[in-house]
Order: sequence, then structure tokens, then C-alpha cells
Amino acid sequence: MSESLLRPDVMIAFAVMTAVTVASRLGGYWLMRYVDITPRVRRMLDALPGSIIVAAALPVAVNGGIIVMVALAAAMTVTIIRRNDFIAVVTAMAVAALARAAGLGG
Amino acid sequence: MTTHITKAQAYWGPDAIWPGIVAIGPMLPGTLAFGMAFGALCAQRGFTLAEVEVMMATVYGGLSQFVAVQSWPPELTASSIAALALVTLTVNIRFFLMTASMRPWFGTLPPWQSYTSLLLITDGGWLAAMRYREHGGANAAFYLGGALVLYFVWLFSSVPGYLLAEQLSDPRTFGVDVAMPAFYAAMLVPAWKGARRAIPWVISGIVALMVQRLVPGWWFIIAGAISGAACAGMMDEPAPTHGHAA
Repeated sequence: MSESLLRPDVMIAFAVMTAVTVASRLGGYWLMRYVDITPRVRRMLDALPGSIIVAAALPVAVNGGIIVMVALAAAMTVTIIRRNDFIAVVTAMAVAALARAAGLGG
Repeated sequence: MTTHITKAQAYWGPDAIWPGIVAIGPMLPGTLAFGMAFGALCAQRGFTLAEVEVMMATVYGGLSQFVAVQSWPPELTASSIAALALVTLTVNIRFFLMTASMRPWFGTLPPWQSYTSLLLITDGGWLAAMRYREHGGANAAFYLGGALVLYFVWLFSSVPGYLLAEQLSDPRTFGVDVAMPAFYAAMLVPAWKGARRAIPWVISGIVALMVQRLVPGWWFIIAGAISGAACAGMMDEPAPTHGHAA
């Protein structure tokens, strides 16, 4: 074989990325060993799911333009009506795919 | 997440494995589609399939992998690898907050069990586990069962994408780019506990949008998330007379 299946420099880059990610994954859990779960800390942890959701998804929605916003609104509407995450995700993907196939938006 | 439910200590039991898998079910089409799009991207960027699988198995962070491969340097040097590490950190540092929030639940497990399980934390697995915990669940197998299924679906997902690279080059065609945000948006609905509990979300959203405009890269996720949590920490407990009904 003329070309390597696993190039050494690429493996080094992956190893560094993995180290950073593993440190992120385990670091939070490790740190909380030394933090008392006071009512205040409990409130902060309880606010994390919603806060991470909004922080990760809102800029994507705003940047994605009208199609992405309509798709996410459709996902939330489906969830309010049916409480079925699966149908919500598939609906949003279908809305975005169909709107783009029809040449709408960006 | 409601403080008035007394939560049991973590334990392992087979009865929560299947419910845990069902709970992450909605993530599977998006995970599969995202992995396929990633495989296609890697094929176009000249990675071998073996390299792609190594990355899927070790880094195991879909968004960070996508961002890294899209900004992959033409030549790997110490400084360009450091740049890749930094972009990976900014995308994945949210996992830090996620596993921090697992401590009150998993803290009584032996470290080899808790740390090993939390290596597999992902957005979908964590959100599903948090919702289970919120309803008083304590069985750690709920989290681990879903996490393992997500991991192996993710490992497999890039292979068809890699082989069909031509057809799948644009993830937007099939709406893949909205799969993850749509899952997030759907998870927000059951998390709604009234306007007062949503104030940190608003703070998080405003900060995330501002940071995204002002700071290049992916710092906006962690900046918004920390701001939201800090806001919740600064808010006083609701006065008992208001109850928890709001």
C-alpha cells in the first residue's frame, strides 16, 4: 500500500482532540466532588438543561434563517400537541428538507 | 429538577435499560443522518474510512468533529493541532456542565462505574437522563443503556455516508442540520416550569446571541449556559406562599 490507512500525524491530532473532550466530560463530574450541593448550587444545576438548550440552539436558529426557525417551531408545536420527540424531530427535518427542495429561503 | 421530590441514590437494575433506550429513540434518526453527513464530509476531505472510525470512537462529539474536519489544516503542525484542540474544547466544554449536573445522582456510585459511564455523555443522552431523574428516577442503567445505543449507532452511521459521499455532500438537503436543534427545542417543552423558571433561559439566550456576534468560534454555547446557571443561582427561592404550582 502506498498510502497509510491510519496516518500518524492524523492520529496525533485525534488523540489531542480526544484528550480535550475526555477532560471536558470527566472534569465537571470530578470538580463537583469538592462542591457542596447547597440550594444555590442545586438551582444552578437545575437550570443547566434549559440554559444549554437555549444557548446551543437559539444562535443556530437565528443564523439558519426563516426555514430553520419554522422547522424548530414545528418541532415545538408537535411536542406540545403529541409529546412525542421522535415525531417532532422527523417533522422538523421534513419541513426543512421540503422547504429547501421547493427552493424557499436559503 | 424540582427540588421537592426526594431523589433516591443511584443503583443498577435491568428494568430501566429498555425505557432508557426508548427515551433516546428520537435522537436516532438525527444521529444517523448527522453521522452519515459527517462520513461524507470526511470522504471529501481525504480521510480514510479507518481514520473516520477512530475519530468517531475516540472523540465522540458530533458537532466538534464536524467543526474540526471543516477547519482541518492542510498541514498538521504543533500549532495547527493546538488550534484543533482549542476549537474542540470550545464546542465540547458544555460536557463539563452536563457531567457536573450528574454528580448529585451518580455521586454514590463507585468511581470506576460513574467515570466510565460518563465518558459516553452526549446532549441527547444527558437530556433524556435528566428528564428521567426529574421524575424521581434513580436507576443508572436508564442513562447507560441509552448512551451505549447512541454510541454504537454513531460508530456505524458514518460508514454509509462515507461510501455514498457524492449524494450526501450537503446535509441541508435532508434537513440534517435541524435534527439536533429540533431535538433541543422539543426537550424545552417538557422542561417548562413557568415563566419564573424560564428567566435563566432568557439570560442564556441573550448572552449566547451576543457572544456569537462578538466572539469568533463556538464560545457562545458555554457563555450562554454559564450565564443562565449563574442567573438561577442568584435568584432567590420562591417564597413558600407562592407554592410550586407556577
